Amino acid sequence: MRATRRLIGLCLAVGLAFCPAAGSDIPRDRPAGEVRSKAGTPSPELRDLYFGEALYHAFQGQYFDAIQRLDTELGMYHGLDQPELDTLHYHVNDAEFSVGDFELDYRMHHRAGRAIKAVLEGAVDESVRNEAAFRLARIHFQKGQLDDAMHALERIQGTVPPQISDDVEFLRANILMATGHPSEAVKVLKQLRSGEGLAGFVAYNLGIALLQDNRPQEAIEQLDKSGQLPAADLSGLAIRDKSNLVLGTMLFESGNFERARQSLDRVRLEGPFSNQALLRAGWAEATAKHYDRALVPWNILASREPTDIAVQEAMLAVANAYANLNLHGRAALKYGGALELFTNQIQRVDASINSIREGRFLKALMREETREDEDWVITLRTLPDAPETYYLMELMASHDFQTALHNYLDLEDLQSRLIAWRTGLDAFTDIIRLRKQNYEPLLPEVDAQFRKLDARMRLRLAQRKQLSNRLQAMLTAPRPDYLATADERSASERIAVIEKQLGNSRSPEALALRQRAAHLRGALTWRLETEYNDRLTAATVHLNELNSNVDVLTRQYESFVRTRQAATQSYVGYDKPISQLRQRVDDAQQRVDRLMAQQGHLIEVVAINQLEARRDRLVAQQLEARYGVAASYDRAARAQADAGEKK
Amino acid sequence: MKITARLSIVIGLVLAFSSAKLAGLPAAPVSEDKKAAPSAGKSTASLDQQQMRGLDEQVQEVKSDVLSISQELSRLEEKLLYPSGTQVAIFVALAKGDQMRLDSVRLQIDGQLVTHHIYSAKELEALRKGGVQRIYVGNVATGDHQLEVLVDGKLEDGKDFSRTEHLTFSKEVKPKLVGLTLAGSGNTPVALGDW
Repeated sequence: MRATRRLIGLCLAVGLAFCPAAGSDIPRDRPAGEVRSKAGTPSPELRDLYFGEALYHAFQGQYFDAIQRLDTELGMYHGLDQPELDTLHYHVNDAEFSVGDFELDYRMHHRAGRAIKAVLEGAVDESVRNEAAFRLARIHFQKGQLDDAMHALERIQGTVPPQISDDVEFLRANILMATGHPSEAVKVLKQLRSGEGLAGFVAYNLGIALLQDNRPQEAIEQLDKSGQLPAADLSGLAIRDKSNLVLGTMLFESGNFERARQSLDRVRLEGPFSNQALLRAGWAEATAKHYDRALVPWNILASREPTDIAVQEAMLAVANAYANLNLHGRAALKYGGALELFTNQIQRVDASINSIREGRFLKALMREETREDEDWVITLRTLPDAPETYYLMELMASHDFQTALHNYLDLEDLQSRLIAWRTGLDAFTDIIRLRKQNYEPLLPEVDAQFRKLDARMRLRLAQRKQLSNRLQAMLTAPRPDYLATADERSASERIAVIEKQLGNSRSPEALALRQRAAHLRGALTWRLETEYNDRLTAATVHLNELNSNVDVLTRQYESFVRTRQAATQSYVGYDKPISQLRQRVDDAQQRVDRLMAQQGHLIEVVAINQLEARRDRLVAQQLEARYGVAASYDRAARAQADAGEKK
Repeated sequence: MKITARLSIVIGLVLAFSSAKLAGLPAAPVSEDKKAAPSAGKSTASLDQQQMRGLDEQVQEVKSDVLSISQELSRLEEKLLYPSGTQVAIFVALAKGDQMRLDSVRLQIDGQLVTHHIYSAKELEALRKGGVQRIYVGNVATGDHQLEVLVDGKLEDGKDFSRTEHLTFSKEVKPKLVGLTLAGSGNTPVALGDW
């Protein structure tokens, strides 16, 4: 009996996964990319539209697009001469963190680590640096690089942003536990006064740390506490259930069956640990030889989903309990029921194995409805025509397998993008060809006309400039003759001709005419001199009026030059980049195809291995059930015979 | 002492499972026992795990390459299709805290329909969380342009919401970014922002 109990305990222990709630489980201090201003101060105002666009993609789980958008923006920002004038400047720290978050969500730990290191090594505030160090530590911890994780945490100095201070200590405790320093982890966890969101995890991990530190009694008391903490959400309820399940198993192991039962009874009947709890509660009773009481949880369990390993174990356990109660007829019936179930399940597993070999598992993965739900890994099980997933729940719950499934889907997404881009590049080539066809015959004529207009324009602008200079000079050195009208200039020239014709004649007529000519010149000079200021002002006003026309002309000129440049730029200089991109797309497509094939094959192999292991187990249980049927009938017959003899 | 010895087995298992995730709790009800997981099976599993991790590294690399291609392609596309001299990009955001269920947005520039977007639940949720959608990218000449925005949706109280707003924006030589903030409540159903 003791050996049985030890075996059961060991089985349970393996099944339990007595693990601390890991660093990756730390609830995020805020949703990835929530809008904040510099240095972690909340700011509701979004100042950069492209950053907002990256968030829009990220909030929909489109991390590829989010990373691409934000990386481009950050690249441009860092390339600016005066980045402080860019709108991204208001969010730059958050953007750097967000790109790291998106990369993590897109399962690109290497890049995420690099992005966060860049923040860490940049000129940022202490609180931002500390947050970066924490995030880096979390990535290292998730990747199992425990020394690096601790080293990153050691870089945290001074002010720690209050929203992450609990998470930092929780992560520190996890690292200490994972590196074999449970007593230090206990100290950290005991000092941690976390909020409601983390309280259940802290309490549970403290229990596990005490257990690791060889303090079983304290561990039991701690798990007892964490198993009774109030929980507001599903994860809180789950960790509470887990505490009770672990505690129940420990108490069972130590022979304290009554308290084990109480602890296991606290596990919710509808929770994820319910099947295991029912199974163990039954074992706790059965080990104490309370077979009738053991039948209560086991019978509940036996009516549940028959693919569950705990349910299958309960089928045999129920029959065994009846046998121990000397109800051999009932035991025979139950063994018969179990035998039938195992036979059916073996057929289902065989069907699933064949189905996976035919590639239907990967096809089911890629079905559209699979990905509509956030819990697609879970819902995969209920998909019609996908029997291959019935027995893969445990496998699907493992981190590596989930990563493999996600990677397969990501590769499929990359594949479809690359195919679309390849088509896009062909379309670009076509656009360029058509533009060339359109512009090349037109441009020589346009250029020739432009050159003529350009020459005229330059001439007029030069004249205008000369006039402007002359007016400027006349402010200090007045030249009334420069402001004479065309008539006045003509009159002045005629007077000069008359004066020349009169020569030096001393005749009375000539003298009279010379006097008249002098009178006329005097009148003309008088007008030019007296009207000089008004004329200068009017000339300046007219020249300024011309400025607006010159401005329009300049704008038109510049617009033409831009349009002309754009015309050339719309088809010249693309051949090389397009050809290089086409080559890169082709290379990437080949790599993606190869990786997809490898990833798909590995997923299938691992899934089949898992199913074969389950099949082996079912075959063993089938044998046990078959033996149980025979033995029960035998005992029932013998009991009947004994009863007959007594009569 | 005996209890401690048994617990040490458990602790060993604790460490072995230290990478398990809480996120996986609902999906992790069972595991194999010794009968079903012989040591040969374990080594195969470990080999598979190694292969998965090796492939994961390669997948990360290829993702990085494809992202880099995507960035270059975006730059090429922008240069080729939306040169800065004529580029106009219109963005849509929801006013903070607004609970309107946005159904669709239709945009016309200078009387020409340029886009009509119908929102999915995911897109609406992303807008409500503070995301900004780039609803349209196109080309217009420099100068003033008329923008007509038609918003359809449902208010929190279940009433239909439909507004058409006429706005003006001015395009200069540099790329033009137009931000539209939509609100079901208040006096400004469509607020125009210039960037």
